[in-house]
Amino acid sequence: MPHYTLKVNGQVRAVDVPEDTPLLWVLRDNLQLVGTKYGCGQGLCGACTVHLDGTAIRSCQLPVNAVGNMAVTTIEGLSATAAHPLQHAWCEHDVPQCGYCQAGQIMTAAALLKTNPHPSDEDIDGTMAGNLCRCGTYLRIRAAIKDAAAAPQGAK
Amino acid sequence: MNTPTLNRRDFLRVSALAGGGFALGLYLRSGPAAFAESAASAGSGAAAPFAPNAFIKIAPDGLVTLIAKNPEVGQGVKTSLPMILAEELGADFAKVRIETGELDPRLGPQFAGGSLSTPMNYQTLRKAGATARTMLVRAAADTWGVPAAECAAAASVVTHVPSGRRLTYGELAAKAALLPVPDENLLVLTRPGDSKLLGRRVAGVDNPAIVSGQPLFGLDQTMPGMAHAIYIKCPVFGGKAKSANLEAIKKMPGVQDAFILNGTDDYHGLMPGVAIVADSTWATFKARAALKVDWDEGAAAAHSTAAYNAAAAALAASPGQVRRNDGDTAAALAAAAKVVEANYSYPYLHHSTLEPMNACAAPTADGGMAIVAPTQTPGDAQELVAKVLNVPKEKVSVRFTRIGGGFGRRLSNDYVIEAAAVAQRAGKPIKLTSTREDDMAHGHYRATGWHFLKGGVDAAGNLTAWQNHFVVPGLNSTEKPGRSADMGDAEFPGRFVPNFRLEQSVLSTNVPTSWMRAPGSNALAFVFQSFLDELAHAAGRDPLAFKLAVLGDDRKIPGTGQWDPPYNTGRMKGVLKLAAEKAGWGKPLPRGSGMGIAFHFSHQGYVAEVVEVRVARDGTLTVPRVVAAVDVGPIINLSGAEQQVQGSVIDGLSCAWLQEITLGQGRVAQSNFNDYPLIRMNAVPVAIEVHFIESDNPPTGLGEPALPPLPPALCNAIFAATGHRLRELPVTKANLSWS
Repeated sequence: MPHYTLKVNGQVRAVDVPEDTPLLWVLRDNLQLVGTKYGCGQGLCGACTVHLDGTAIRSCQLPVNAVGNMAVTTIEGLSATAAHPLQHAWCEHDVPQCGYCQAGQIMTAAALLKTNPHPSDEDIDGTMAGNLCRCGTYLRIRAAIKDAAAAPQGAK
Repeated sequence: MNTPTLNRRDFLRVSALAGGGFALGLYLRSGPAAFAESAASAGSGAAAPFAPNAFIKIAPDGLVTLIAKNPEVGQGVKTSLPMILAEELGADFAKVRIETGELDPRLGPQFAGGSLSTPMNYQTLRKAGATARTMLVRAAADTWGVPAAECAAAASVVTHVPSGRRLTYGELAAKAALLPVPDENLLVLTRPGDSKLLGRRVAGVDNPAIVSGQPLFGLDQTMPGMAHAIYIKCPVFGGKAKSANLEAIKKMPGVQDAFILNGTDDYHGLMPGVAIVADSTWATFKARAALKVDWDEGAAAAHSTAAYNAAAAALAASPGQVRRNDGDTAAALAAAAKVVEANYSYPYLHHSTLEPMNACAAPTADGGMAIVAPTQTPGDAQELVAKVLNVPKEKVSVRFTRIGGGFGRRLSNDYVIEAAAVAQRAGKPIKLTSTREDDMAHGHYRATGWHFLKGGVDAAGNLTAWQNHFVVPGLNSTEKPGRSADMGDAEFPGRFVPNFRLEQSVLSTNVPTSWMRAPGSNALAFVFQSFLDELAHAAGRDPLAFKLAVLGDDRKIPGTGQWDPPYNTGRMKGVLKLAAEKAGWGKPLPRGSGMGIAFHFSHQGYVAEVVEVRVARDGTLTVPRVVAAVDVGPIINLSGAEQQVQGSVIDGLSCAWLQEITLGQGRVAQSNFNDYPLIRMNAVPVAIEVHFIESDNPPTGLGEPALPPLPPALCNAIFAATGHRLRELPVTKANLSWS
């Protein structure tokens, strides 16, 4: 069984898994980081979104042998105290309904704000269109991202 | 689903039995699990929490724990039901702890369905909260030697108003626990308008855990020593596995076992299939891809959507079973100034919860089964597992988790019994996870249906005749409609048209159907509100005025049978007028833009919606705005209520605009979100306005009633904008271009 040393949420984690195992299942089954969700397995829904060196990627489409030295950040590692401006805004706006997609939504939005601190509506819609919400919380997601973008820069 | 009735006497009797060891019977000193030892600690009251009923615990340190009794599927009951308790208890909601209830008969029926959590629990929870508050006030009054009437309770503190003395609920808990439970008829409940909590915006109690990725959902659960499992069924519903390459599968890396289960003939239970047990989810998925099964697909392998459509039309050519016949519809149609004839249909739909079907199951030492699952009906899950595995119900435990979307799919427990059967055969705990593709291929679908309609209006533009031949799918039956495929014989506009005839024929199909958000209504409203719109235009009348006229004077029209509760026309007209007013109904719009209006009564809720569309000349559709007006009585949680309406609108847009499940060679043609799309953020309306009429009628749930008006309002708007009348869904099947 191949051996991999991964950088996940600032920690070094070792796993022995087949080389084609998607990062999603390594996170969920091997590292017990279940905040990253399985929704479609085809990169269609965005529920499995994590950051790879700060870029939002679909972890269901990334085999573990392609991760290499890149830093993986999951929803559990976005902020040590769940105090990221997006997490705060999500609670303030009472965004979740069932909540299953929301970790992926937040990770996509966090990557957006990193490169585009003041996104327009079109920027938000264009970026977030890759993340499905079956409950239809889109209007509050949009509002929460705008609020978080308006939060003090140091908080991001 | 179990019959959704709450019998309060049963509830009290169960409580009394459970609390029978105490002088005054009804209350428990401690939580359900700790009851057995509570008698022993009764003498040392200082350390015991105050637990006047199964819903509330108050610890000596002041921590108030409220039980959320029903499964949370995103409809918000984990927040809203405890809010009802807290309002009457006088607790500070920001400081209470909310616990999801166990499956416990003392909590009454525990399911998430029918928008019934609010109406079935509202009075019970108010009284539960008021009971505890009354006892705490009594304890304080006794301590001070003052009349209880001089004391007030708020924010988990009792205050003696004249002197300003205060005691916290924590300080009073031990003393209150020794008091008799007050007569429920003497409880003083908060008057409407005096609410401190209900009707306000309260954020979901699980939000902090959700946004930090905590393990809340079914798929996030683990069991000690568990393996992972997958269960593969025949792509043609009901087909059986004759053989499979099990030996090759067992040799794959990480695979522990593979076997065929004969299953049962219950399309909503344990179907025949092949199980694979492995070390990881990924190993099960890879083995699933390599699995080769020789299926006995049966005769249904020839079934297709095209064949069903043709067969439905053929059935409609002959008379059906007459289900309702008011007046003389044939004569009224013959005498009508205008007659409109139209055939409507709607496709099968899949629930597509974002969390795929899954469950954990572990065989127990006593021969039973421990289940952890995201089910909307934990009681039904327990019964199904007990029945199929042939073990006593008492030996089957079910813990229900937060659910990553229900929409009715998890009223069925097929995935629970699959997990249990695999765990039993494997002899170890397993977590069963469906792939998205298997989930879509083996849904319990929203039923398809066909309506062959004729309507007539008189010279004055009044609706005088309505005739419908409804062809309904049966599950391998020409007699009995499939689950949730049926309609009531007084479904609107039944009871509202003097000459009304409903005939029905059942088309035998091989597709399992079941309840989906606003069952029946989610399809029927499309047909009837669209056809009403057609008749309004035939009559040369504004659709709003025509629909108000059909509703007639303000009155309550009695129900006929269990499906048809009384219909309050005044409440319906109220929301219809409000939606129209807020939307600016009737204002001139440029060509290619249009508004559509529709209303529907379901789940005791009255909802009207106006959809505004823009259609480009090339047929590209955008929906800039939706206005909803809703009367479900008083609102419990304004934030959650608004969410449910906006979510229903967006759900309705996905259904009506984008989605259909089709059948070819007996199997579902769609497989994932590429060919079964959900609406995405770049296509949702910029504004979805929600207006509540907070009438003083009993409150009802809001998970469902705001969906049904959306599809017809959308299609009526498209007609207004383009002249294209849509009589089948989804909208994407039609060319909307205009010139």
